[in-house]
Amino acid sequence: MYSVKEPDAGTPERKSSEQVTLEIDGRAVTVPAGTSVMRAAADAGVRVPKLCATESLEAFGSCRLCLVQIEGRRGYPASCTTIVEPGMKVKTQSDPLAKLRRGVMEMYISDHPLDCLTCPTNGNCELQEQAGVVGLREVRYGFDGANHFKQAEKDTSNPYFDFDPAKCIACSRCVRACEEVQGTFALTLQGRGFESKIASGNTDFKSSECVSCGACVQACPTATLVEKSIVERGQPDHSVVTTCAYCGVGCSFRAEVKGSEVVRMVPNKDGHANHGHSCVKGRFAWGYATHKDRITKPMIRRSIHDPWREVSWDEAIAYAASEFKRIQAEHGRGAVGGITSSRCTNEETYLVQKLVRAAFGNNNVDTCARVCHSPTGYGLKTTLGESAGTQNFDSVEHADVIVVIGANPTDAHPVFASQMKRRLRAGARLIVIDPRGIDLVRSAHVEAAHHLQLRPGTNVAVINALAHVVVTEGLYAESFVRTRCEQPAFDKWKAFISDPRHAPEVTEEITGVPAAELRAAARLYATGGNAAIYYGLGVTEHSQGSTMVMGIANLAMVTGNIGRPGVGVNPLRGQNNVQGSCDMGSFPHELPGYRHVSDPAVRALFGAAWGVDIDSEPGLRIPNMFDAAIGGSFKGLYVQGEDIAQSDPNTQHVFAALESLECLVVQDLFINETAKFAHVFLPGSSFLEKDGTFTNAERRISRVRKVTPPLAGKADWETTLALAEALGYPMQYTHPSQIMDEIARLTPTFTGVSYARLDELGSIQWPCNDRAPGGTPVMHIDEFVRGKGKFVITEYVATQERVNRKFPLILTTGRILSQYNVGAQTRRTANNTWHDEDRLELHPHDAEQRGIKDGEWCKIVSRAGETVLRATISERMQPGVVYTTFHFPGSGANVITTENSDWATNCPEYKVTAVQVSPTTEPASKWQRRFGEFSEQQDALLPPQSDPR
Amino acid sequence: MDALKLVQMANQIATFFESDPDPAAVHDGIAGHIRRFWDPRMRRALLQHIDEQAGEGCRPAVLAAIAANRENLTPAR
Ligand code: SF4
Ligand code: SF4
Ligand code: SF4
Ligand code: FES
Repeated sequence: MYSVKEPDAGTPERKSSEQVTLEIDGRAVTVPAGTSVMRAAADAGVRVPKLCATESLEAFGSCRLCLVQIEGRRGYPASCTTIVEPGMKVKTQSDPLAKLRRGVMEMYISDHPLDCLTCPTNGNCELQEQAGVVGLREVRYGFDGANHFKQAEKDTSNPYFDFDPAKCIACSRCVRACEEVQGTFALTLQGRGFESKIASGNTDFKSSECVSCGACVQACPTATLVEKSIVERGQPDHSVVTTCAYCGVGCSFRAEVKGSEVVRMVPNKDGHANHGHSCVKGRFAWGYATHKDRITKPMIRRSIHDPWREVSWDEAIAYAASEFKRIQAEHGRGAVGGITSSRCTNEETYLVQKLVRAAFGNNNVDTCARVCHSPTGYGLKTTLGESAGTQNFDSVEHADVIVVIGANPTDAHPVFASQMKRRLRAGARLIVIDPRGIDLVRSAHVEAAHHLQLRPGTNVAVINALAHVVVTEGLYAESFVRTRCEQPAFDKWKAFISDPRHAPEVTEEITGVPAAELRAAARLYATGGNAAIYYGLGVTEHSQGSTMVMGIANLAMVTGNIGRPGVGVNPLRGQNNVQGSCDMGSFPHELPGYRHVSDPAVRALFGAAWGVDIDSEPGLRIPNMFDAAIGGSFKGLYVQGEDIAQSDPNTQHVFAALESLECLVVQDLFINETAKFAHVFLPGSSFLEKDGTFTNAERRISRVRKVTPPLAGKADWETTLALAEALGYPMQYTHPSQIMDEIARLTPTFTGVSYARLDELGSIQWPCNDRAPGGTPVMHIDEFVRGKGKFVITEYVATQERVNRKFPLILTTGRILSQYNVGAQTRRTANNTWHDEDRLELHPHDAEQRGIKDGEWCKIVSRAGETVLRATISERMQPGVVYTTFHFPGSGANVITTENSDWATNCPEYKVTAVQVSPTTEPASKWQRRFGEFSEQQDALLPPQSDPR
Repeated sequence: MDALKLVQMANQIATFFESDPDPAAVHDGIAGHIRRFWDPRMRRALLQHIDEQAGEGCRPAVLAAIAANRENLTPAR
């Protein structure tokens, strides 16, 4: 269906209300003003030869292959850099043009090793193709003169692509891609004329600034920059459009396939979230899908100390169902539950919550958003009326002021970060609110106007101070507030926020943010034009996470920064389908579409469709499940694609809870940490093995398409169907599209969504219904979803997690570019090249005081537990604050984090843990040693595995 | 369920709603939140703790909110 080669119009699309008509080779064509002659020709169906131009980059005009003749003009202008004019008459073919082009080509080829037959891009190479197009038949200069290709050495240091300078034609497409598309500026074109060559600084690719996004590889017209997978496996024979299964950006990709084997993932230039860009994870780190650790046979065991036994699907499903039924008979209907996954599709998530509600008969269903964005759901619903971000990503292109709070987009949402950086380079101002000096604060051609480097745990005090300045200095949008918001709530809030206790001069003591800096930031946000807020888990994962989300919404409303492009409140979602899994009713108090289970009309609707009575009581949230398990009232759990044992806080408590379950069913690709406590293992399917949809951070629903058959024989949705049937609740679907049809029937914000519509439009941002048949890029335009916006009083309350003499430092956690979350996927790829262990980052001052040396072991102790990591000493930290990632289970980052949580949603307070750090010679804590032994025992209980490839 | 944890959770909820100057809104806020988000066994355990331990550890606003909304908070089964 999808051809591997795609047309390339040569220069970027231009948008203009003015249209220009011209003639190309006698054909009339009308294009927006500002379009290049080359692109206009492509529109007219005329291909002008080209080498240095490609439509993802601004024209450069260096190769001179695209020359044309224009009536009334002298010479031969380059069509890529010449802009159309009304009435222009262009000729793209003539004898002199052909001769010129052959001459240009001859120059290139005389300095090129012609090993096409053994070249990885043979058959898919622009140089080769253009040589054919211009009809090159001889190369008069001979190959014996000065050339590059004989002395050039290959750089194979990057694990995913090679750089072979011998094949470089110095078109600088890679350099421009790195600058314009990615914004990293890792490459340069050194020297001039014949001497010019591409360099990754003064070092190899791996040690350079390169973040391995692949944009340069994508842009390269020859085999100079080429994927190792293509070198190894050859060119693909077809491609399938699908969606990345990593972060909440939700990039669209073309999976390029040879037979049934994926040989390359290339970002889809028609992708609405990524416009042809990608990051190292989606582009290159997909090898986990066929990693030897994949478990492809169902397994069961009676106790977690027994060896696993491989069984048939039927036996595994029957055993799981009989155990759940037994537990319910013995301990009551509420003794079992399920956890849906933000990594699975909407359809799969919907089925798991339906199984819990219809087959288990309770509301004990929760999802990993509990530990990340549940406060977003609560906070935005309360203030604006909908549990979702207000904008599309492209909205950032209209922003004049960008505020980034508790998020690190260059690492966690890299493709959106590139788009944001492009806007910042074009002049938008940046405010960063973060305890750490994240990359955005200062990077190539980007510098924050204000960095409010607050103490962890004082977000609410900062947001209140910002609002205080806006209100007391009279900078607020009075008419917006009057027409769009609830007046009594605003009056109450205004009195609250105007109180001098919120003045930055007072809060400085608590937050550590200098008052003058904060005032300046508030003024910039309120008066700098369109101001947009982007935030991440540094906002939500606090005891006041929900309060902070509401504080953000208050600030956006009071300045009128809501309801049009360029503004808004934008949660950056961690995982690919966090938004979707929440939309699909994964919370224990809400049915799909965020409707509370206590609402009889909603229950009646779903009850009638599902043929059951739906419980009107809210169910257990994940931390409540753990407590209930330890308390003895919760005994059985079905976990789809989630690793609660690694990701949830206070590991020792989580382990104790999992150990007390009588039946734990884990459905996953790998034996993850949770599966080590399981009694039934159901093999999962990767995103390449199934059909479905993901919903990204901008509410965009995109198709996931089956590229290869499921390795274990069942797609995840089929497994849930089988389990439901064995529980006595058969569901009749033969394809995920039918599940989406049911969701659309039952959910007012989804009524216009179907697979046919998705194929037609490419992707859809919900709400999509009669009122918005094409979807909704920007929400709350004329009125808020709840009618009038509601200001909420957001008093700052210090966390109970206090530093003291024993625990004088604050630990905060986060993630890095190359690894993803618990690492189950990325740890099984060459991404480990960049990050193969979690480390403790700390300020030189704190390190010196304690005698801790860079790269050496240090012990981290909190009220919950202790662990040992290597230290990295870094000025990015402020004194008193230390930081780590949680990608490797053995690091035990969550052994230290506590069970403190958000007051409204129980989202854990990962971002604030009081700790002490000291040097040690022991490379493991007691917990780490026990964990190591336990993991070894569990590995020994597995049957021998055959390589799934 | 661990009663102390539930008390702590209820207190945290109370701390948020207490910033509303209107006491009725404070009580409605606390009770409403618990009713909307707590599974029945959690509510039952909190009520039991309040009855048996004289509400030990609970903020006054929690006790007042629960006293005023006892029936609504008591699970049917
Ligand atoms: S880069 Fe292109 S022209 Fe050069 S050897 Fe390879 S296929 Fe041939
Ligand atoms: S992979 Fe990306 S970051 Fe690295 S050099 Fe190429 S464009 Fe730049
Ligand atoms: S991980 Fe995120 S940014 Fe990277 S390719 Fe996937 S969706 Fe895009
Ligand atoms: S394509 Fe126009 S100058 Fe290279």
